[in-house]
Amino acid sequence: MLTKDQIAQRISKEVKNGQYINLGIGIPTLVANYIPDDLEVVLQSENGLLGIGPFPTEDQIDPDLINAGKQTVTMAKGSALFNSAESFAMIRGGHVHLTILGAMEVSENGDISNWKIPGKMVKGMGGAMDLVASADNIIVAMQHCSRSGESKLLPDCSLPITGVRCVKKIVTDLAVLEISPKGGFVLLERAPGVSVEEIKDKTAGKLIVEGEVPEMIFE
Amino acid sequence: MINKTVKNAHEAVADIPSNCMLMMGGFGLTGIPENCISALLERAISGLTIVSNNAGVDDFGIGLLLKKRMVKKMISSYVGENAEFERQLLSGELEVDLIPQGTLAERVRAGGAGIPAFFTPAGVGTEVAEGKESREFDGKMYLLESWLKADFSIVKAWKGDTAGNLIFKGTARNFNPMMAAAGKICIAEVEELVEAGKLDPNQIHTPGIYVQRIFQGENYEKRIEQRTVSK
Repeated sequence: MLTKDQIAQRISKEVKNGQYINLGIGIPTLVANYIPDDLEVVLQSENGLLGIGPFPTEDQIDPDLINAGKQTVTMAKGSALFNSAESFAMIRGGHVHLTILGAMEVSENGDISNWKIPGKMVKGMGGAMDLVASADNIIVAMQHCSRSGESKLLPDCSLPITGVRCVKKIVTDLAVLEISPKGGFVLLERAPGVSVEEIKDKTAGKLIVEGEVPEMIFE
Repeated sequence: MINKTVKNAHEAVADIPSNCMLMMGGFGLTGIPENCISALLERAISGLTIVSNNAGVDDFGIGLLLKKRMVKKMISSYVGENAEFERQLLSGELEVDLIPQGTLAERVRAGGAGIPAFFTPAGVGTEVAEGKESREFDGKMYLLESWLKADFSIVKAWKGDTAGNLIFKGTARNFNPMMAAAGKICIAEVEELVEAGKLDPNQIHTPGIYVQRIFQGENYEKRIEQRTVSK
């Protein structure tokens, strides 16, 4: 089973040179730590910053400079600042190449739920609905099962959905999976030491296994 | 140049009535109009509908207005940082309209730009789409969303001049420029107020035409929600 950092590390391999990327809150934020130095990418923060830098040192902290998770950040070289309408123009206009976000559930046709649990306090969708409705390339980072052991990869989402048919790939603590255009989770890679059987057991939606499924490799 | 200057926050918000629609800039606690919020707390008004991306925290920002029961309804995208908000919402004292963040920004922009409605993909197939007209463009579905306008908008900028021109700093810009334009009366509080002509026109983010009142604020606390540092 992968740690949260290993999930982030695996997702970092999906990043390509020259991409503009939006990272969601939680595990997706960690992906920034693993993007190889030889790749030139720009991180977009939907509250109005293109070019997120590392977290500040104590003497660099600026309360006027935060990311979408309200964490203090710095600006990378060549960054740009803008208002919220401009920010979502970039997102809806298809200018962001890769969106990585967390999820509570993903369905086998690529629907995602990550904003609301009925009966619990509703915190709001923030920018998630705009992101999933607009991005061409969405990768979900999440645990394969909930804390109570229920599969989060389902035939249909049981929670209110954030967007329809939008997820392309999922990286969990057990596996890397791709949404088949015809529906179903195509198993691409296994976490080290995790069997196909275990992944099958823990995937409630349709799992598609084609030939030998390789183990992930971590340098 | 028309001089937009008022003395202070108290004078700026003195005529905001109960039951009006109020926009407030800010993302989290960054770029919120701290001085005007303090001045509003001293006014005996209630029944406000506030358009703001967030609802502050329990003891700061819009959270203070909620605590004093001045707010009837919040129109926001994310409100998860506030226990008093949760209590009022669950007890039915407070109404809330949750809107995808980009849709909120664009509805406010449209309000200021005189565009009554637009189509956006955010929320298609979700409960946000309930009761809304949808239409297909180039094979993809979009929802019809309408403009948002307010009786008053209150924004916070870094620098401003007596003509109402504004310059923002960092990610404190966020919703402020669109809200400036979408309020019938826009009140701007700034950290540094200078005479018209002292700001570089090339650097203005919000032209003074959108701003009706401006003053130099004081004692900015600029509270940080998630103080995150590099090791």
